[in-house]
Amino acid sequence: MKIRLSGADIDGPRVKHIERVTGEDLKHCYQCGKCSAGCPVSYLMEVPPSRVMRLLQLGRVDDVEAANTMWVCVGCVQCYARCPKGCSVASVLEGMRQIQLRKGTGPTLIKDIPIPFLRKAPQQALVCGFRKFVG
Amino acid sequence: MPRIGVFVCQCGNNIAATVDTKKVAEEMLKLPGVVYTCDYKFMCSSPGQEMLKQTIKDNKLDSIIVAACSPHMHEKTFRKAGEAAGLNPYRVEITNIREQCSWVHHDKTRAVGTVKSTDLTRMTLERLKRNQPLNKIKIPIKKRALVIGGGIAGIQAALDIAEGGIEVVLVEREPSIGGNMARLSETFPTMDCSQCILTPKMVEAELNENIKLYTYSEVEKVDGYIGNFTVQIRKKARYVDEDRCTGCGECIEKCPFNAESKFELGLAKRKIIYTPFPQSVPNIPVIDAPNCPKIQKDKCGACAVVCGPKCIDFKQEDKIVTEEFGAIIVATGYDLMPNERFGEYGYGRIKDVINGMQFERLASSSGPTGGEIRRPSDGKVPQSIVFIQCVGSRDEQKGVSYCSKVCCMYTAKHTMLYNHKVHGGKSYVFYMDIRCAGKRYEEFVRRAIEHDGAMYLRGRVSRVYEKDGRIIVQGADTLSNSQVEIEADMVVMATALVSRPGADSLAQKLGIGYDKYKFYNEYHPKLRPVETVTAGIFLAGTCMGPMDIPDSVAQGSATASKVLALFSANEMTREPITALVNKVTCNACWDCVTACPYSAIERDAVKNRQGEVVRLLAKVNEGVCQGCGVCVAACRSKSIDLKGYTDEQVFAALAAF
Repeated sequence: MKIRLSGADIDGPRVKHIERVTGEDLKHCYQCGKCSAGCPVSYLMEVPPSRVMRLLQLGRVDDVEAANTMWVCVGCVQCYARCPKGCSVASVLEGMRQIQLRKGTGPTLIKDIPIPFLRKAPQQALVCGFRKFVG
Repeated sequence: MPRIGVFVCQCGNNIAATVDTKKVAEEMLKLPGVVYTCDYKFMCSSPGQEMLKQTIKDNKLDSIIVAACSPHMHEKTFRKAGEAAGLNPYRVEITNIREQCSWVHHDKTRAVGTVKSTDLTRMTLERLKRNQPLNKIKIPIKKRALVIGGGIAGIQAALDIAEGGIEVVLVEREPSIGGNMARLSETFPTMDCSQCILTPKMVEAELNENIKLYTYSEVEKVDGYIGNFTVQIRKKARYVDEDRCTGCGECIEKCPFNAESKFELGLAKRKIIYTPFPQSVPNIPVIDAPNCPKIQKDKCGACAVVCGPKCIDFKQEDKIVTEEFGAIIVATGYDLMPNERFGEYGYGRIKDVINGMQFERLASSSGPTGGEIRRPSDGKVPQSIVFIQCVGSRDEQKGVSYCSKVCCMYTAKHTMLYNHKVHGGKSYVFYMDIRCAGKRYEEFVRRAIEHDGAMYLRGRVSRVYEKDGRIIVQGADTLSNSQVEIEADMVVMATALVSRPGADSLAQKLGIGYDKYKFYNEYHPKLRPVETVTAGIFLAGTCMGPMDIPDSVAQGSATASKVLALFSANEMTREPITALVNKVTCNACWDCVTACPYSAIERDAVKNRQGEVVRLLAKVNEGVCQGCGVCVAACRSKSIDLKGYTDEQVFAALAAF
């Protein structure tokens, strides 16, 4: 991967928007990797949590959005619990999901969920699922 | 018949595991002259030493052997104990049965170790029987100190010694004291201005009655030894009478010619008659003779015309002064690896590729741009700067293998200064590791990243080239596993700290050691960090290796305390293990004089009552002799012996094997 770095991207409006929505300061991350080490689902992610932070520091929002990471994240906040700098990757991913869902680019619509599945799934799972996946 | 005692130490299991110490003791008791032997768990422990003292008294021993660890460890301990029991301390000998026996043998049956220990102890016994009692050498001390190098370490050392009421001479090669620190803008991690904290110390050094400044001077020759050094100092011609100059600066103003300023590292010009910087101490200008048309071609002379007190003297010559000192502190500082080595980062091709020290000058309010960050090529304010760390450092192939230690911190400081001075400017830092171990250092670097927006990229730079008037920097960010390309207006290289050119020749004059990078060697890196192997010569600051201001200042003070401790006695004692010339057989071939690495042997003469020279012979200066024994080996007439290790003793020991 080759990146052309510029101040316009690094401190650009898209990164600032994520920081505003999530309340996280991306610059705080110093890439120790503890989030990726502890994340129970990072093995399923195309871009692991620590890499998400690095790409956002570099202004590479597209690279994060293109990956499945934000949809795989279950929001267990182990990353936040372990982070020595107090960053919450879960919050960042949550915020990025919100941005996607508001744009209508979320992957799930309620009407696409088959009725038998809706009947079978536990209530709690549905509530969580709606919150996470439904725009 | 001698009355010798042998004490065999078990050293817990260190010796006892492979040596049957009891057997060694029993074997030794069978030998003639030995009247008492024993083995003991820890001879060096307090009860062990008490037992030793008591045994010496009870058995009326006249000399003892302690078979234990290396004499480097406890020779002093046991000699002191022996002395306390009334023995001459040099009648106490150590046999090393730990490092040279038990630790190198793994025979669990203890057969090999026991035999070897017995052999070694028997050899020591034969040597001990031929021991002469020796007395410590007492040498008078000249209570004056020389500090070589007027940077922050040297200034601190001089001030602390002067504070102790001792006279100090501070020799500085440049026209002003201050060293590299005078060039810095702000200092990490507190960001106080370098000049603001340094200049009061410089002025204090100038005004202190106990400090004599020799600026624009160099050490020419060093003779003598601890307590009694004779040093020749070359006072280079300033062409200005130091006693009469008032420092008004009229001459500098009127001088019509310019040359590149060494202090400003090529970023600005200075006059031919100049002081390196406005706060120079002393505030007395020098004339740059090779560039002065008056001195070279007898044209101009404007400075002499305007000088009120008429203190300009174009005929002045270098002067050699000879001074005597009891101790010398070396604080000659560092240099930066030349930029010319780094064509790969565009230096030479691209004008806006500079080094960290040059950036300091750009950021300094007394610098060529008055503290505005302006690039050298066109004076424009750069909108983005790429900082490259480890330029030459940690690079075994093209540079040096060591870490220059201060670059991580000063680069973080540069990004902060830049961000404070150029709002909206973007700084990028290519690093391999961020090494900021120190009080409040980590927090400082995080502040640069988190508050001042420095973009840190973990990786090296591969290419720097120009395209459409901008500098393109290509490098890697291994954290995102990507190649990155940045358009920059300026590149700042954190070049490696290296030793001063000529550091080796000064070391040779002083007789101190240096490493392959020509940094001076301390006696012991942990336990004797400011001493050299040459007694009476101490080290402070970056002449030993890269370090920051707090460390340099601490070392300056450390050397001062060493010197003051040395000077607190009127005379000092030295080990009497020195060479002794047999006056009868010496035939004055002077081979020993050539061989001696410490210049401890003098050419002496025997005179009759009329004062006529009867014959010549070599004489050992006990104050300088380190007891290395080179002269003993060199002497063709076998006229030199080493006290405590005479040929007779050594051959007797070998014969006992």
